[in-house]
Amino acid sequence: MARAVSTRRKLAFTALAWIVALVVFFPILWAFLTSFKTEGTAIAAPPKFLFFEWTLENYRTVLERSNYFRFLGNSIITAVGSTLLGLVVAIPAAWAMAFSPTRRTKDVLMWMLSTKMLPAVGVLVPITMLFRMMGLTDTHLGLVLVLTLINLPIIVWMLFTYFKEIPVDILEAARMDGASLRQEVIYVLTPMAIPGIASTLLLNIILAWNESFWTIVLTTTQATPLPAFIAAYSSPEGLFWAKLSAASMMAIAPILIMGWFSQKQLVRGLTFGAVK
Amino acid sequence: MATAQTRMAARFMMAPSVIALLIWMIVPLSMTIWFSFQWYTAFRAPEFTGFDNYAYFFANPNIWTVFLNTLILVGGVLAITLVGGTLLALLLDQPIFGQGLVRLLVIAPFFVMPTVSALVWKNMLMHPVNGLFAWIAKVLGFSPVDWFAQVPLFSVIIIVAWQWLPFATLILLTALQSLDEEQREAAGMDGAGPIALFFYIILPHMSRALTVVMLIQTIFLLSVFAEIFVTTNGGPGVATTNLPFLIYLQAQFQYDFGLASAGGIVAVILANIVAIFLLRVVGKNLEA
Repeated sequence: MARAVSTRRKLAFTALAWIVALVVFFPILWAFLTSFKTEGTAIAAPPKFLFFEWTLENYRTVLERSNYFRFLGNSIITAVGSTLLGLVVAIPAAWAMAFSPTRRTKDVLMWMLSTKMLPAVGVLVPITMLFRMMGLTDTHLGLVLVLTLINLPIIVWMLFTYFKEIPVDILEAARMDGASLRQEVIYVLTPMAIPGIASTLLLNIILAWNESFWTIVLTTTQATPLPAFIAAYSSPEGLFWAKLSAASMMAIAPILIMGWFSQKQLVRGLTFGAVK
Repeated sequence: MATAQTRMAARFMMAPSVIALLIWMIVPLSMTIWFSFQWYTAFRAPEFTGFDNYAYFFANPNIWTVFLNTLILVGGVLAITLVGGTLLALLLDQPIFGQGLVRLLVIAPFFVMPTVSALVWKNMLMHPVNGLFAWIAKVLGFSPVDWFAQVPLFSVIIIVAWQWLPFATLILLTALQSLDEEQREAAGMDGAGPIALFFYIILPHMSRALTVVMLIQTIFLLSVFAEIFVTTNGGPGVATTNLPFLIYLQAQFQYDFGLASAGGIVAVILANIVAIFLLRVVGKNLEA
């Protein structure tokens, strides 16, 4: 990175980059600002950017009128639940494939990836039918199961690429020092595996949180998470943008913050290790 | 290295994942195939009809519009995100003040759930009367565009492209930053200008990342659903109906499970064609 650059050039690029970044970010910023306006101010022409009377009224209304905390709770239960379940199932598999690979390991990995490419509509009819038969429609359990299954290939892959980077030589060193297999796993491997597991956890919660197709199709009232809750705002044509904005902000804020922390892992996770 | 014992243990550790995915793949998919050969709606018991559902699916007068919409949606979003992502990655790779903050702003749209981004764009930005774009148009002396009435598919493309631009940018930026600085300097010393540098050094270096971005996005873009669901509901007419949305309507509103299953199988075949290419690229990486 030791490129000699003139300050003027750096300033020019800085200005350009900031303008572009603000344009890209603008819809989120605009919804953020609108969430603090009254409904009247929200549709005012010319639009008010910063100088209006800021109010928390919309947040209060959304919290009072709709059961926001239940939707939030549903989102947390399904996103975290499916991620944890996925990790429990995937960690041993990724561990085995990374540390004692066989000739077939690669085929298994590729096959797992191929299941991720099955389009949801390809199994829409049987899944809704099976859910109805088993009483899983509109339940946390049902949604957790589907979210776990659609994201399992990504979890296994991400963990596999992290585990593979743990140097195996270090095990031999530990063994020479007289460590038992149990000690090896607890004191040597686990500490080295934890960052990878944490990254996988973070990225997967984001993916599960934002999953919209199955949450819309498989829930009606009880287990509805946030994407489906927000979708309900699309039906009436009324102009209640301030409330929509407030609800939107409450739906995306937690995950936006998590996303900002996990941006590095995003590349690896979503390209299945093909770009690092 | 691997003894019989460790091999057994490995198999045991992999079993839950493999079995879960095997069930997830085989049970519903074979059911879909089975249903696709049945005359089966909510109002009658299933009855074998051979390929009738497929014939019926393709006899739909709108089917080619739907295929075309699906293709235009994928192609349009790909074009915008690949070109835009490359330009943005090149820009973010420059030395700038506040680089970290700029990056955060640029990748933010990726973390916004589809229903939120679609509704924010549809109402607050693209609304023909009160939207911000309408106001800008009026200030500049143009008549405002009624986005979802005049150019519905293009509007959906813009929203989806906005969501995927950060993904393309981030991956292309990662690829760009792995470019060997010496190679760049050597080309500069040989008298290559910025344009030549881009086409002969940078673009070839990024070609793999571009391919990966294109393939992964295509997989996801072939099943765009929520954005259409909350903005246009497939309309006006079938102007924004893509393949997933058509199948969704056939299953959930026409209650024609056989027909929807046939459509589902067509979608699976389409996605598989793309998947074969992606698996080849990822598989190559695994050997290296």
